Amino acid sequence: MSAVASAAVRPPVKKPGKPWFSHPMVRAMISIAVFIGVWEVAARLNWPWIGQAPAPTKVLDAWIPLLSDQGYWYSWYQSSRRVLSGFLAAMIIGIPFGLAMATSRVFNDVTFPVFEILRPVPPLAWVPAAIIFWPTQELSIGFVIFLGAIYTIMLNVIGGARSIDIRFFQAARSMGSSNWDIFRRIILPAVLPSIIVGMEVGIGITWNVVVAAEMISGGGGAIQSSAGGGLGFFIWNSYIGGSYPLIVVGMISIGIAGYISSAIIRRLGIYVTPWLRLR
Amino acid sequence: MNIRQEFATKGAIRIEHVDKVYHAREGEVQAVADCSLEIRPGEICMIVGPSGCGKTTLLNAIAGFHDITGGAIYLDGELLCGPDRPKAEPGPDRVVVFQNGALFPWKTNLENVAFGPVVQGKMGRKEAEDKARGMMADAGLVGVEHNYPGEVSSGMRRRVEIVRALMNDPKVLLLDEPFRALDSLTKSVMHEALLEIYYKNKVTIFFITHDLEEAIFLGHRVAIMTTRPCRPKKILEVDIPHPRNYSVLTSPRFRELMEETVSAVHEEAVKAFEAGEKEM
Repeated sequence: MSAVASAAVRPPVKKPGKPWFSHPMVRAMISIAVFIGVWEVAARLNWPWIGQAPAPTKVLDAWIPLLSDQGYWYSWYQSSRRVLSGFLAAMIIGIPFGLAMATSRVFNDVTFPVFEILRPVPPLAWVPAAIIFWPTQELSIGFVIFLGAIYTIMLNVIGGARSIDIRFFQAARSMGSSNWDIFRRIILPAVLPSIIVGMEVGIGITWNVVVAAEMISGGGGAIQSSAGGGLGFFIWNSYIGGSYPLIVVGMISIGIAGYISSAIIRRLGIYVTPWLRLR
Repeated sequence: MNIRQEFATKGAIRIEHVDKVYHAREGEVQAVADCSLEIRPGEICMIVGPSGCGKTTLLNAIAGFHDITGGAIYLDGELLCGPDRPKAEPGPDRVVVFQNGALFPWKTNLENVAFGPVVQGKMGRKEAEDKARGMMADAGLVGVEHNYPGEVSSGMRRRVEIVRALMNDPKVLLLDEPFRALDSLTKSVMHEALLEIYYKNKVTIFFITHDLEEAIFLGHRVAIMTTRPCRPKKILEVDIPHPRNYSVLTSPRFRELMEETVSAVHEEAVKAFEAGEKEM
């Protein structure tokens, strides 16, 4: 009784307001602003290394007209489409392969050596071969992007599947699960977090290799400006054309595209693995 | 001597001269040697022994997770494993509750409990979940059905896992040090919860522990095992009547039984320690 009464008269504890700096958004803004600020100053004062890059204001000057340029946006579209299809192909092939390698001894013994030999070959090194192998340019580009993502996806699937606690299998077996039940109800959900990690890293790599892949493309075709060949090609083309601010525009564009892609996958990951949200 | 045992007709385990030899890196390890033990239908049989003595090997053999290299094990007269069939087939008549818990973290508590009947095709999902809800309520698990195991306390999780096992209507519940990781207060709550669940369900309990107090408090009988190789050293009839509650712990009979057995357990623990046995 007395405890209740005293609780009633006691003034409520005042929650201190969140300091402005504790908002992640604010921190992100500051981080980007500082980065751009230092870069601008360095460029203007012509600092030794970073000063060689075109100043952010110059980049912006080059960028603004592009925002109304169809070819620039077409490059976004082209690169996104290529990254997405290469990435999807990597998942469609990589996830079942990884699962098979993790669950079947025989399959693993047969495929692992080839996998390990191919894995260190950088996607850039595949460019000439890709041009020869595939009938169309788009397939060649998609293939190089596919190579960028597949190994990471597979490695994560294999690692995830191999680290499943044996007790889950034992528990499932003792409750009468068939092999199919074990695959569907134990292995798949247990591997899902690793698949998401593989996807998150993998999509980043696809954007890493997009420049190399789009060197194949050789231009934008019908669209007016040369920028239509994809963001990777855009960079390469700007380099050949000697337009340094445009190179940086291309780089930042790819950075933003990669950021958005990873953010989408992270969101997706949180959505499909609700049990991990509580940790 | 108890309220359940005479009603139970199923769940008798006969362990006959069981041997188990492992092939480890340092050579052959005899984990279990000539081990014979009868577990009566509907009793709580506590298996006490030092860490790594081979208790879990025995449990794995009954559950069908590992083979045996000699002897035979029967469940209600039917051969589980023996000379011609070294490894038993795992099945829902003998469900295991694991040391550190093996609830599926990606399923809610309710989905976990409903798992068995669904994969066995005995019930549809809806029906299984209805039954699961009822059984969880009986075990005091209300309001956590739609939480994931990671969201509830470890004691709660353990209770969910026991209910999940019971959903399969097993003849035998195999408990492998299920409360080992719990703090002692939670443990005491779990002991009473387990007994309560036991009084409601006709089931034999094969319970591995290295906690003698736990063993005497819960068990109809306590089998004290030798250190590796594992076999019964002493079998204690606990003549404290069921149903029991925690007041039993301070009763004179309980202390007497503790005194009677504590030296036998200690002796084996020292042997195990000196042999430097590691957990298998």
